[in-house]
Amino acid sequence: MKLPPLASLPNPVKSAFAPSAEGGPVIVNIGPSHPATHGTVQIIAELDGERVLRTDVHCGYLHRGFEKECEAHTWHNLIPYVDRLNYVSALINDFAYCDGVERLLGIEITPRCRYLRTLLSEYSRIVDHLTCIAAGLMELGAMTAFLYLVMIRDYMYEHLADLTGARVTYTYGRIGGLARDLPDGWLARLAEILDQYEVFVGRVHGLVDRNRIFIDRMRNVGVLSTADAIHYAYTGPILRSTGAPRDLRRDTPYLAYAELDFDVPVGIKGDNYDRYYVRMREMDESVHMIRQLMDMLPAGPINVADHRCTFPDKALVYTEIESLINHFKLVMDGPAVPAGDVYVAHESPNGELGFYLVSAGGGVPWKVHCRAPSFVHMGGVHRMLDGYQLADVVPTFGSVNMIGGECDR
Amino acid sequence: MTTSSATIPIARADGPSSAFEYITTKKDELVGWARKFSLFPYPFVTACCAMEFMAVSSTPYDTDRFGAALPRFSPRQADLLMVVGTVTHKQAPVLRKVYEQMCEPKWVMAFGVCATSGGFYQNYAAVQGIDRIIPVDVYIPGCPPRPEMVIDGIMQLQQKIATSRHPIVTERF
Amino acid sequence: MPADLDALCQSLATEATPASVAHGLVVVEVPTAGVLDMVRTLKDAHGFDMLLDVTAVDWLPREPRFDVVWHFWSTTGHVRVRVRTRVPEGDPAVVSLTSLYGSAAFMERECHEMYGIRFAGNADLRPILLYEGFVGHPLRKDYPKDREQPLVPYLTP
Repeated sequence: MKLPPLASLPNPVKSAFAPSAEGGPVIVNIGPSHPATHGTVQIIAELDGERVLRTDVHCGYLHRGFEKECEAHTWHNLIPYVDRLNYVSALINDFAYCDGVERLLGIEITPRCRYLRTLLSEYSRIVDHLTCIAAGLMELGAMTAFLYLVMIRDYMYEHLADLTGARVTYTYGRIGGLARDLPDGWLARLAEILDQYEVFVGRVHGLVDRNRIFIDRMRNVGVLSTADAIHYAYTGPILRSTGAPRDLRRDTPYLAYAELDFDVPVGIKGDNYDRYYVRMREMDESVHMIRQLMDMLPAGPINVADHRCTFPDKALVYTEIESLINHFKLVMDGPAVPAGDVYVAHESPNGELGFYLVSAGGGVPWKVHCRAPSFVHMGGVHRMLDGYQLADVVPTFGSVNMIGGECDR
Repeated sequence: MTTSSATIPIARADGPSSAFEYITTKKDELVGWARKFSLFPYPFVTACCAMEFMAVSSTPYDTDRFGAALPRFSPRQADLLMVVGTVTHKQAPVLRKVYEQMCEPKWVMAFGVCATSGGFYQNYAAVQGIDRIIPVDVYIPGCPPRPEMVIDGIMQLQQKIATSRHPIVTERF
Repeated sequence: MPADLDALCQSLATEATPASVAHGLVVVEVPTAGVLDMVRTLKDAHGFDMLLDVTAVDWLPREPRFDVVWHFWSTTGHVRVRVRTRVPEGDPAVVSLTSLYGSAAFMERECHEMYGIRFAGNADLRPILLYEGFVGHPLRKDYPKDREQPLVPYLTP
């Protein structure tokens, strides 16, 4: 193996700021491979001493051609790609995408599927917030809290692997239903894990909530006003941390959210501490919702009986010609989705996760566009970074929870 | 301060010693044994595999058992480059630069199927395997791999280090 | 909420801007020259204070080839609206909405590099998901999926 010479390496981005003259502001480059930018993002900051004057944020280091790849796969086959958008809460991506296709097909999912999707969405939200808070705390040096949160997250990963077969990327949603029903004893284990969750998260509350170092790093840092948040299209916990109770689960109820009792936690002034606390409170609300859903979960089928999208029973495929043909057509041609376009939005842990699906008829989508909250949030993140210290970039960026797969697609 | 515990003689001042003074081994085996238990990884973390990287380096799986837990975020202090996740063409110059900045001896681990071969991203954006850009020592399949697979990969790398040549004085010795 | 949607649809629809209700939101077709006026009306008179999304659809071989699509959301009325305009391949230009919405800047940069749509008034159209030196627009239907443009020379065995 012979490495080509290094001098030929080009710079993939062009900075918005030119290096200034002697004695002027200093330009510092952070990322894209930096321990404090979980995910790959590059921040070029202009500094006056330790104070950040301007920032130029570059994303795209994880652009994997999601939308182009979708145009080459059938509506079913692209579900694994959808999983890897926000890989921390892959199930919510699945369900939002499937919801979009079901609206194009005009399908109403079964009640059991509807409640199960709601339950798993909330479960994913807990996993996502745990990861975000754990990583954010680790960057501030709170290693114990990180280990506690990752421990409980690992219980959840193994529990989800019992259901779906994978720890992180599940490919569990199906158009018109779900891949499989709950295994025996799954709900009993869920109840155990939720009890464990309260113990572990209680410890984290005790460790950091009133910790002087934590408050000094988080309070009044990275403040965002509600007007700015709306101007830059912030949604989800960041918008709620500014005091605006905007939550799609409440504003445009989908799945089974209209039947659930839950609060929408909001912050006071939209700083890092509020973003941390809103996420902690949202996890508690999610646990509350999961407990209600465990009691409400009805019996019945999980897939709709619609031959356009639901795969026939495997036993029938081997014994019955109609089912064999149906299976063959679904695999080879994909589900026949009527022409049209739809925009569907779910409340993902980061904000409004939208899918704009365009069908020209047939089994392959014409266009699948993901309205990724992380990407939109990156467009306004300079409002939270400019004017603070360079060291504040780390907790502020951690509290924004940019997920590379979703941001760069 | 007085103590009653016995002191172990390392070497006796007088005459021939019965204590542990010499061992005979091959230089490569000795250096390889020392190096395989002191891997300092540089996590080049890009994508989904980061979630499993977090799991693998925390309590339940604990790579400290293999001497490979303490990440060094400067390539100059690291000797194991863990490429965790998809590397895109935009990212490729950065990866190459980080690799060049690491001191010898250095090893590269392709963590996950995207780093190994591009995975199912067969398109304009993704590099079809990081071994097109830098040499790779160990590949870990999986999308993302389970923590057990990562631990297996670390053990295989240790095996490779223990059995390979380690020139330290000149190219040939 | 259907009543709201219908009322909104009625008030937006004119001869030049046909509007309809589809899949839970209002869709307005606008000629390219009238986009800024329509968006101003939406923001000021109807309370659509959030620009959710900007994207384009490549309808090759149709002429005009591209649809540019905006989604707006009213944080108070909880309604979405989609504004759509058609632009030809020869001059794929629409007005930039950066003067009205801060979120437009990044999303227009993405749409620009992916489809080659020019957003007149957006001063910063540097690549955002792609890199400096990338030739072409990957989401156009005539860009082959696997045409790579590597920045780093590959290893020679």
